[in-house]
Amino acid sequence: VFVRGLKRKCFDGEEDIEGTLAGIKAIPSYTLQRQSLLDMSLVKLQLCHMLVEPNLCRSVLIANTVRQIQEEMTQDGTWQMINTQSTGQASLDRLVSTDILCRSSRDQAEGKHVPAYGTFNKDFEGDQAQDGSETMATASSVQTPRNLQSNVWEMENAQENKGNFQKSLDQIFETLENKSPNSVEDLFSEVDNSYYDLDTMLTGMMSNTKMGHCDSLETFSSPTNTASNSNCKSDLNDLDHIVEILVES
Amino acid sequence: FLGAGGGNDIQWCFSQVKGAVDDDVAEADIISTVEFNHSGELLATGDKGGRVVIFQQEQENKTQSHSRGEYNVYSTFQSHEPEFDYLKSLEIEEKINKIRWLPQKNAAQFLLSTNDKTIKLWKISERDKRPEGYNLKEEDGRYRDPTTVTTLRVPVFRPMDLMVEASPRRIFANAHTYHINSISINSDYETYLSADDLRINLWHLEITDRSFNIVDIKPANMEELTEVITAAEFHPNSCSTFVYSSSKGTIRLCDMRASALCDRHSKLFEEPEDPSNRSFFSEIISSISDVKFSHSGRYMMTRDYLSVKIWDLNMENRPVETYQVHEYLRSKLCSLYENDCIFDKFECCWNGSDRQVEFLSLCTSDLPNIVMTGSYNNFFRMFDRNTKRDVTLEASRENNKPRTVLKPRKVCASGKRKKDEISVDSLDFNKKILHTAWHPKENIIAVATTNNLYIFQDKMN
Repeated sequence: VFVRGLKRKCFDGEEDIEGTLAGIKAIPSYTLQRQSLLDMSLVKLQLCHMLVEPNLCRSVLIANTVRQIQEEMTQDGTWQMINTQSTGQASLDRLVSTDILCRSSRDQAEGKHVPAYGTFNKDFEGDQAQDGSETMATASSVQTPRNLQSNVWEMENAQENKGNFQKSLDQIFETLENKSPNSVEDLFSEVDNSYYDLDTMLTGMMSNTKMGHCDSLETFSSPTNTASNSNCKSDLNDLDHIVEILVES
Repeated sequence: FLGAGGGNDIQWCFSQVKGAVDDDVAEADIISTVEFNHSGELLATGDKGGRVVIFQQEQENKTQSHSRGEYNVYSTFQSHEPEFDYLKSLEIEEKINKIRWLPQKNAAQFLLSTNDKTIKLWKISERDKRPEGYNLKEEDGRYRDPTTVTTLRVPVFRPMDLMVEASPRRIFANAHTYHINSISINSDYETYLSADDLRINLWHLEITDRSFNIVDIKPANMEELTEVITAAEFHPNSCSTFVYSSSKGTIRLCDMRASALCDRHSKLFEEPEDPSNRSFFSEIISSISDVKFSHSGRYMMTRDYLSVKIWDLNMENRPVETYQVHEYLRSKLCSLYENDCIFDKFECCWNGSDRQVEFLSLCTSDLPNIVMTGSYNNFFRMFDRNTKRDVTLEASRENNKPRTVLKPRKVCASGKRKKDEISVDSLDFNKKILHTAWHPKENIIAVATTNNLYIFQDKMN
């Protein structure tokens, strides 16, 4: 189970409703459910950029689900609304948990970027702090492919409108393709290994008990070698557990 | 064989279980494929650690007429090793995705095994004799001084303890950019296909440096990718016909005679969506995880997340039969999406068949017609196409007295749980049966749990 809080808000759970007042309060609105599904999907897409080449079928199915939600939200008119308003405390908890994962890896990648991107990073983080819209920012930051520094440039605009969301989604498949000439240098840079290193990411998260603070991420240890990456898959379960702790704390 | 009509349902009994007993599963021991050979004498399993284990059935013991021969380990070998793709900075898993046997032509046995990227043809041969009495060599292999040889003798074969050797005869590599999900040997027994997420290649068993691309669904722009190939199989009789299934729940039948690149299907099998069941998960659960032709080649079976469908090759717009495997999961799809179980790829199989009998028989409904597939909690399901009855059985060490008839299990979807029923919320989703196989001729089935292989037989009277 990814996050306890999420589960309650899922589409399932008609069985949970006992008819009591508490039970009725627990029924999430369709919009909230859909939002939760969107968040979940975006995190899944990011987490799948792991050591072994991601399962393409799973990635495609998740991406299609995201597109479906996006289309429906566009028709609803709720897509733009997400950009401009906060969705309340309950969803904030959930969104923050997603945000931590997204930020951890993104900032980690950015932290190791070549100096040329230095100023850009600062601007982006500044925008990130100001931006009241959780979902879009989260969504766009999640789209960071594992090593395409070129895509970081495009993220600059990604938070602005949904059109770039689509582009970010497509970047995921670019990543899977991984044939972009710009990324060739990146393949051999240390950014890759540290991105994969769940141990490092988790260490950073554990030492940071206050949600949303990215400064402590600078205390990440240097990237370890590929030997530790073989533990990544089992560490995913640890990741679930740790995020659970973080959300509940 | 079963007689027709009621009352003659197969009673399945526990026969054997292979694998480690402890609950702590070593990742390398996870079984990833199970396959009987064409005679049923050999049963092969592949695991996540890249190993192949072959079991051989004992010759039937005349004194023990109440049970068929047991399967014992015949050969174990490391088929694939983990590799590292330096260009992409990614590991290539050694997990064996599929094993397919070739029909036996001589004393040796041949099988194809594949991981995500490379297919290998293995020869498994027995050695039970060795030459002795060389003139120039001692028995231990040291060379003799030729000047000490005063007489000549002819070396003779003497019996030795049986040794089973596996050697890789062909390695078919570098033809797949994406992960191989299927291999299928053609009925000509000379060619075979291998399918990955976006492409299908045709190989000749003798030629490893070339393959022909026969299907390519990769879009020019990867951003437009919305559908992948999930399984492929050659028709059992027609050597120019094959099918492939997709993540959108479609099956395409292609004829290689039509064109070199079979991008245009001859037939497209797709069931229209049921609007009342529509949800955000509709597409995911419609994704086909396995496709298998019937022995006659007239039907094919597909497995999607919740059901098994039987298609008549002459009817494209809907399946002729649909069997619900675990419909009670439909209300749990969000949780199953959350924990990734919704992406589990279950396989399915047909019962064995004596093809000679099938051809001769005037009334095919007399022949047993059962399909089997796995589920969660180490349950597996059987659907009898003749009687329309189905049964849920469990692969568990608790039932491991030989010749104990397996008790049917029942899942309680909602409401009051009856005694002996298990509620949906108590199901263990980590205990999944993805791979099952049916002996080609007899009522013997092999069911793989995470790291154990169970063998069940029908109760012989």
